[in-house]
Amino acid sequence: MAITVLAIDDSRTMRSMVRRALGAAGFICEVAEDGVEGMRRFGELRPDVVITDINMPNMDGFGVIEMIRQDAANRAVPILVLTTETAPEFKDRARNAGATGWIVKPFEDQSLVQVVRRLTGGL
Amino acid sequence: MAGHDSFRDLFFEEAEDLLGTLVDDIARLKSGERDEEIVHSIFRAVHSIKGSAGAFALKHLVSFAHRFETVLDAVRSDRLPLTPHLLRIVERSADHLSVLVEAARNERSTDQATTGAALAALDACLDDGVPSGPEPSLPMAERVLVFSFAPLALDFDDGEAKPLPQTFTIRFRPHPALYDNGHEPGLMIASLAELGTVQTEVDLSALPDWSAPDIIEPALVWHIRIETTAGLAAVEQIFEFVDGLCDLSISEDDSPVALPDLFDSEDAATEEAPSIPAPEPAADQLVETPQSSSPAIAASAVAQASDGSAPRPTLRVDLDRIERLFNAVGELIINQSMIAQRVDDLQIQFDTDMTSHVESYRLLARDIQEAVMAIRAQPVKPLFQRMSRIVREAAEGTGKQAQLIMLGEGTEIDKTVVERLADPLTHMVRNSVDHGLESPEQRRAAGKDPVGTIWLSAAHRSGSVVITIRDDGAGLDREKVLRVAISKGLVPAGAELSETEIDNLIFLPGFSTASATSLLSGRGVGLDVVRTAVQALGGRVSIVSRPGKGTEFTIGLPLTLAVLDGMLISVGGTSMIVPIASVLETIRPLPGDVQQIGPDERLLSIRGRYVPIIDLAEALGFPRAETNDPAMLLLLVETESRGTCALLVNRVHDQRQVVIKGLEGNYGQVAGVSAATVLGDGQIALILDPEGIITRSPLANSQAGAQRVAALT
Repeated sequence: MAITVLAIDDSRTMRSMVRRALGAAGFICEVAEDGVEGMRRFGELRPDVVITDINMPNMDGFGVIEMIRQDAANRAVPILVLTTETAPEFKDRARNAGATGWIVKPFEDQSLVQVVRRLTGGL
Repeated sequence: MAGHDSFRDLFFEEAEDLLGTLVDDIARLKSGERDEEIVHSIFRAVHSIKGSAGAFALKHLVSFAHRFETVLDAVRSDRLPLTPHLLRIVERSADHLSVLVEAARNERSTDQATTGAALAALDACLDDGVPSGPEPSLPMAERVLVFSFAPLALDFDDGEAKPLPQTFTIRFRPHPALYDNGHEPGLMIASLAELGTVQTEVDLSALPDWSAPDIIEPALVWHIRIETTAGLAAVEQIFEFVDGLCDLSISEDDSPVALPDLFDSEDAATEEAPSIPAPEPAADQLVETPQSSSPAIAASAVAQASDGSAPRPTLRVDLDRIERLFNAVGELIINQSMIAQRVDDLQIQFDTDMTSHVESYRLLARDIQEAVMAIRAQPVKPLFQRMSRIVREAAEGTGKQAQLIMLGEGTEIDKTVVERLADPLTHMVRNSVDHGLESPEQRRAAGKDPVGTIWLSAAHRSGSVVITIRDDGAGLDREKVLRVAISKGLVPAGAELSETEIDNLIFLPGFSTASATSLLSGRGVGLDVVRTAVQALGGRVSIVSRPGKGTEFTIGLPLTLAVLDGMLISVGGTSMIVPIASVLETIRPLPGDVQQIGPDERLLSIRGRYVPIIDLAEALGFPRAETNDPAMLLLLVETESRGTCALLVNRVHDQRQVVIKGLEGNYGQVAGVSAATVLGDGQIALILDPEGIITRSPLANSQAGAQRVAALT
């Protein structure tokens, strides 16, 4: 069954790169360019995985994660944070918000795919 | 990597946009606006550039953006006050960032020293923010450490792989938060299974009594044994994200040990004891966080959604496709005018169906043309924004103080025009600061604000775009300009020129008044290059100068390069087009206005001045036109090389828009002819280049002719 990934990032470049990497691996990748649009898309798509940037206009990544997790029905949805930050404090913050994992930018296509696979058990 | 280049292009396009945002935001801060969101927006722009640049291994860019971001982060979290000094550094850093992006785009290297200086300035800000003393403020110190950039790639095939299989025993006790964060132990074990042979056992001993009130609390403890050649790192990798969300121990077995032996109940109990309180705060937090934050998030989401600043959806299209559409629309316009003309020729009664259909066809074709032209139209804003950097650099290089005021940045021009305007505009802006503005001392002495102002404006004016570059400097020193022009032999000595003519001398090739070539604009490239570049775009440059008040350059440009406003003329029985942009006026001379000064030379006397007449027919190789032809007309054209000249034509039919068809593909460059077009009746007409014609004309070229002109004036 096809696995849908929602990638939220305000950078066009990043969105395209995530899309290309996941698309090539057989995932269906949809994108949104800020947190608010991301939440709207989340509601429409009910994706299997969410990949979100942190620093975004309108609603940041932490907001997205918290909002998704707020609904108990979504607690099993893996949410990956795509970030340039590597600090443990940052990871703690993401985790406290409810993030499942993180990927550090710049990323290797293969690593991203592998992480998404690991979290969905798919493809 | 396949398609990598297009991502690269995308990155640079995006970076350009982001740099534009930066300039805007910084300008808002400079104007005194203090909105938290501005700083956030600046931070995000720099952050995004850094994030994407990393993907293309643009190291200099990443490390600079990183340092810049660190400073911005300190500002947005109120650890650094946004002083005017800091704002200047932020502005300079944004400039430098754009230099680095530009360099990366062109795959050029940048000046290490400049980068070093920019970095040092940023570092100094951070140092200032920390109270000096033996104990630096904690959050700051942390922050600096935290942000030290170590690109960490998730490399699963890491070189640790050993040929010899190892056996690990893993004890894994998930906390409730693990499930709440979207993890699934089953999937993790499945991932482990990909690394080698896995044996799992679930310890159910901690399962509560089914009658207990809280059976949601996960109580499963997993004992996993894995035999793998992938190494410890690969195993740990699987648990990377659950660190802190579970009790986990991974140990390597030296010898295979039976599972139950390792996890006897006593051992498990001692290990578990201290870890029991841990899940509780996590669980509390999870329950509480959404409740406390939800109204705020919902409110901000609504607020943001209703705010109309969200970018409108866009579609990226290959430029080639648009070119194709452009050409097709060009054909459509020609076809439309052919049909219109044909219908006209048939003298069909007005108000019949036919004429009204033809009229709606014309309107429709016009609409389509405008819509297609709008596709290629781009606001001049990014171009203008680049100029603020040029002004700063030029002011700094010359020890002057200058500010740039932009007007009408939203004005849209054809993409190609915007691109090709960058160089001439840069040159002119530099020129304005360099030669136009006076030094702060001189300005003070003249009772002016020591900070000079450059105005850069764009506006649509009747089918064309007008860009002006104005300064409030000293204005042109006409005496000096004339002296220089005479000394360089550009003007005969003793010639008396009008003020406008003198002003226009600065556009002549080889003209440069700066006695010492200054560092910036005086690189041997004069304003003649600017004029040539603008003319190549079908535009014109003019200058108005007032002593003591300043100088204004005006660039008039066509809206598009595909269509041209032309004047349809007849020469030697052939229809031709003269670009309207080059025609100053049309004159039907009275017999006394034309003076024969030689067998082949005639002058037109107009408002007390004399301008050479060039017989267009003769210049193009047709038989000479008769001077006493009553229909004879003169087109006054202004040229770069010869000033004003009068072109003799047989007849002027009308003004019309024509679609430009390049000739170069078939005929190469033909002097005096810039392109061709197809007229409404299907006739092909050449589009003339007055500059080229006049340059070739013997009269205009002869020094004698020029002197005779001078003698008469």
